[in-house]
Amino acid sequence: MATLEIHDLHVSVEAENGPREILRGVDLTVKQGETHAIMGPNGSGKSTLAYSLAGHPKYTITGGTVTLDGEDVLEMSVDERARAGVFLAMQYPVEVPGVSVSNFLRTSATAVRGEAPKLRTWVKEVKEAMERLQMDPSFAERNVNEGFSGGEKKRHEILQLELLKPKIAILDETDSGLDVDALRIVSEGVNRVRETGEVGTLLITHYTRILRYIKPDFVHVFANGRVVESGGAELADKLENEGYEAYVKGGVSL
Amino acid sequence: MADNTPAGSTTDGAIQVGGPRQPIDARVSAPASYDVADFPVPHGREEEWRFTPLARLRGLQDGTAATDGAGVKVDISAPEGVTVETVGRDDARLGRAGKPVDRVAAQAYSSFEEASVVSVPKETVLTEPVRISVHGEGGVAFGHQVVELGAFAEAVVVIDHTGDATLAANVEYVIGDGAKLTVVSVQDWDRTAVHAGQHTALVGRDASFKSVIVTFGGDLVRLHPRVVYGAPGGEAELYGLYFTDNGQHHEHRLFVDHDTPHCRSNVAYKGALQGQDAHAVWIGDVLIRAEAEGTDTYELNRNLVLTDGARVDSVPNLEIETGEIVGAGHASATGRFEDEQLFYLMARGIPEQEARRLVVRGFFAELVQQIGIPDLEERLIAKIEAELEASVA
Repeated sequence: MATLEIHDLHVSVEAENGPREILRGVDLTVKQGETHAIMGPNGSGKSTLAYSLAGHPKYTITGGTVTLDGEDVLEMSVDERARAGVFLAMQYPVEVPGVSVSNFLRTSATAVRGEAPKLRTWVKEVKEAMERLQMDPSFAERNVNEGFSGGEKKRHEILQLELLKPKIAILDETDSGLDVDALRIVSEGVNRVRETGEVGTLLITHYTRILRYIKPDFVHVFANGRVVESGGAELADKLENEGYEAYVKGGVSL
Repeated sequence: MADNTPAGSTTDGAIQVGGPRQPIDARVSAPASYDVADFPVPHGREEEWRFTPLARLRGLQDGTAATDGAGVKVDISAPEGVTVETVGRDDARLGRAGKPVDRVAAQAYSSFEEASVVSVPKETVLTEPVRISVHGEGGVAFGHQVVELGAFAEAVVVIDHTGDATLAANVEYVIGDGAKLTVVSVQDWDRTAVHAGQHTALVGRDASFKSVIVTFGGDLVRLHPRVVYGAPGGEAELYGLYFTDNGQHHEHRLFVDHDTPHCRSNVAYKGALQGQDAHAVWIGDVLIRAEAEGTDTYELNRNLVLTDGARVDSVPNLEIETGEIVGAGHASATGRFEDEQLFYLMARGIPEQEARRLVVRGFFAELVQQIGIPDLEERLIAKIEAELEASVA
């Protein structure tokens, strides 16, 4: 069973007046089949955690460990992490002009699976996954994220999640900027992947809204660069009613 | 985007509306002329020479370059119905599209001994391209070519430049009423070649001209693609693609002269640069004269800088002397390779080299798709791939 273990993770970014510490000792274990919601106020370091796990060069790991089934994730390059089974659904997916969605998906699936998918089954696989996410077939011929609406970008991220079948899926504010319909479609996509029992999900969000569609097993409150409280789904209800004030009070709120 | 601009690049631009009557050719230091003696020898600080390393022109600019026999070999193969002639300097069909605008182009006009004239008779629609091969054999050469299309003729002409040469040569396109000409000029020279010249199109009534300039090779390539309209209703599309490696100088100086009502032009040039002292220059001058009502024009230049040490000078310039136009615009941008794109692709398991190739291919693909000649598109993509293989490795 795949397990992502984060232990005492410290991360800095280069700021104008020297390095600034964003993550200050994160401990978290995510197992295949589990869903963990990470909730926290703006600036608490949630997205930094997501990007650090994926290996974005902007972030410097200054301490701690991250392992996937005992393998040192921090030693891996960005693409090695993805091939090892770590997937990051991005809050702001990047436009890649001149590269079609279909070319991108196939190149990516080839890299992650270690061989090119057979053309016939692949076409069917993509078509069906797109239908489930209510994406028009013409989508495949468009350039990656170019001119996509906010909802289209997020559906495209979840399409990749469904096709790449990672061991650990990190969803960075996938719910932000979505209307209710789009949120439902995207959540259903995430749930389909979760129901296979083969993915551990790290759901990063600012709002409790998405948790009505995606039921977490664990909820962690993130503040000032670390997990400050963990609990079950009921912790989300408390946050819904009381907000984050209790956690940032007196606060070094970043 | 300030931090996206490589050191040493310029992206100047200007739109001048009305103002003193001073045609854009005031940029050049002497009026256009067929005679090289009408141009002073450039010293390098003139507006039209300031980006060019004169010493690397090997005397094309000061009259010291002399033909030595081992110049270039020109082969022309044309489908049936097309006339290909080699003519002397006094042939009346030469020099109709426009005068040379700089000293090197005038040197070429003053020095060539024979010219090629390719004629497509009126209403002849070619299904196969005319192929002109210009192969350098290591020496100095001056050349002149004319491609003329009769009324309602349609043709594709592919000019391939290969080998090594020091060449100053001009090409004229004389496009009859309602005719359609597509010209692809590929500068696939050996790394040592020097090539300068002027490609001038005279576009007839309701005629279309499409130019695709592809520059990969050479030590120094400096071309003037120019368009003038002979009558209303003409249309010109000027596309360009360059891949400039370390030490190479690629310069494209465009001029579209809207001197006639109801004509259109669309310019799109894209370049990638890599390596120390790779230098690309793009000048896009568009002039809409007072009489050119109903003009519709747009020009764009994009540069992708793949490594440190490269330099781009991109200067779009639009001068408008009448407000009675359909549209006029320009855009220029030079950026570094986007690390965020690389991260996105790599986060999907795609290895770095392959991700870089995808991004650069994508950058050019949008332009290549507009060319509309499938086998050429494939060849260009293959060539871009080869350039990338050499670079990202």
